[in-house]
Amino acid sequence: MTRPSTSSIAADRLVSDARAERGSILELIALHKSYGPLDVLKGIDLKVKPGEMVFLIGPSGSGKSTLLRCCNRLEEPTSGAVIVEGEDITAPSVDLNKARRRIGMVFQSFNLYPHKTALGNVTLALVKVSRLSRAAAREKAMAALADVGLADKAAAYPAELSGGQQQRVAIARALALEPKVMLFDEPTSALDPELVGDVLDVMRKVRAAGMTMLVVSHEMRFAAEAADRVVFMDGGVIVEEGPPSAVFGAPREARTQAFLSRVKH
Amino acid sequence: MDEAATTMTPGERFIETYFNAAVMERYLPAILDGFVVTLQLAVLVVVSGILLGLALACLRAYRVRPLNVLIVCFADILRALPPLVLILIAYFGLPNVGVSLSAFAVIWIVLTLALAAFAEEIFWAGILSVAPGQWQAARSTGLSFTQTLLSVILPQAVRLTVPPLTNRAIAVTKSTALGMVIGLSDVLGAATTAQSFSGSATPLMMAAIAYVILFLPFVVVARWLESRFKWRHA
Ligand SMILES: Nc1ncnc2c1ncn2[C@@H]1O[C@H](COP(=O)(O)OP(=O)(O)OP(=O)(O)O)[C@@H](O)[C@H]1O
Ligand SMILES: [Mg+2]
Repeated sequence: MTRPSTSSIAADRLVSDARAERGSILELIALHKSYGPLDVLKGIDLKVKPGEMVFLIGPSGSGKSTLLRCCNRLEEPTSGAVIVEGEDITAPSVDLNKARRRIGMVFQSFNLYPHKTALGNVTLALVKVSRLSRAAAREKAMAALADVGLADKAAAYPAELSGGQQQRVAIARALALEPKVMLFDEPTSALDPELVGDVLDVMRKVRAAGMTMLVVSHEMRFAAEAADRVVFMDGGVIVEEGPPSAVFGAPREARTQAFLSRVKH
Repeated sequence: MDEAATTMTPGERFIETYFNAAVMERYLPAILDGFVVTLQLAVLVVVSGILLGLALACLRAYRVRPLNVLIVCFADILRALPPLVLILIAYFGLPNVGVSLSAFAVIWIVLTLALAAFAEEIFWAGILSVAPGQWQAARSTGLSFTQTLLSVILPQAVRLTVPPLTNRAIAVTKSTALGMVIGLSDVLGAATTAQSFSGSATPLMMAAIAYVILFLPFVVVARWLESRFKWRHA
């Protein structure tokens, strides 16, 4: 096996080979979730490789949010396993609060703490969970806020920030804990159209820095441009998955075609 | 005396009845002692009642079934019962089972429990009113349940509880006047004793003034707290 080492295609292949060797950073195995008689997730198998950006799309009520929330056990899976960096975080012996530090989450409604400044929002878990000193937490939080372009808003309360700025603070809050995976649940759905771009720019930057990301979003153009893989879900199962060019350009399944033609118009 | 009364104008008679200088001078020390007792009770009841109510609301947040049943029963029963009934039961009943408490202790304990019952319900409503997304965001960063409750939920819940809580604290604290029926020497107790000795209503007026002096600052502070919590980064 010889490779033309100067070719960027070869370089890409080397990276993806390396990813394959290191296996997956997040893996869902036969994940089921039901609310009483309602089966929301009916056996999900999904592997996300290190540095990969996976988009999860599907109609409303198909279980996308439930799937994300099972990944850090904000929802308890009914059965199945969630493996993060080789550790089954559904095991009874696992320290859930410790495991959650490795899984950042960003919500549709931002969920910033309204009684704390942007800086206070980011430092809270650094002090309480990572047990950093106040000074160290502050330094780290300021760096995270600078990464999302909001160092000058450190002293602002959420109510004094635009939706886009609030969402970027929320991303900084998750990033500051140096997670191994980031989960995004419709991070731009609650934003005015002109503010969406700023948040997507930050997500591009996070991806460029090598973060593994699992994103639920209706931003199909962004998915087509940025995603490594698109996963289409319907009725609690994964219907189709593949690179964006394949899923968007030539969907195999009728359900995928129907969904895409609906969201495109 | 009758002669004097008939020659008085209504204005003079009013002053003579409610603001008799000689009576005032004579009973001022007793009323002041009562004032101190009432003040001590007021502060103790507010502090211990609110702390106990807060602790119960926090315990309830853990949603341990049997514990929550107990807390809800406690809150409902104590909010339904007039404090006077409990005061009488505790003061006249408990000695029969070998526990005799001073009038001061009985009033403190009963009013603490009464305020705690209301405070628990108020804090609990505040905790429930915080958006579930706040729990989720905090837990997703690895904060434990207790850390989330203390650092994220309570600071937001408490803001909403300030107006109802201050009103209720003032109402319950004023019930320290019930101590009179079990012989507590608080402001009202001292005043009624003085009234029966002197035959003058002046000590009662002194008590009224003392209550205003005592509770007006409470009311003013409550008003200030309300406006402060209402407008901060709204
Ligand atoms: N706590 C709950 N109790 C009962 N049913 C629930 C609960 N949470 C979600 N569901 C149901 O589970 C199904 C999937 O919900 P979920 O929020 O995962 O969908 P989604 O794909 O994220 O939809 P959307 O695009 O509208 O956000 C829905 O039918 C919803 O009503
Ligand atoms: Mg959803």
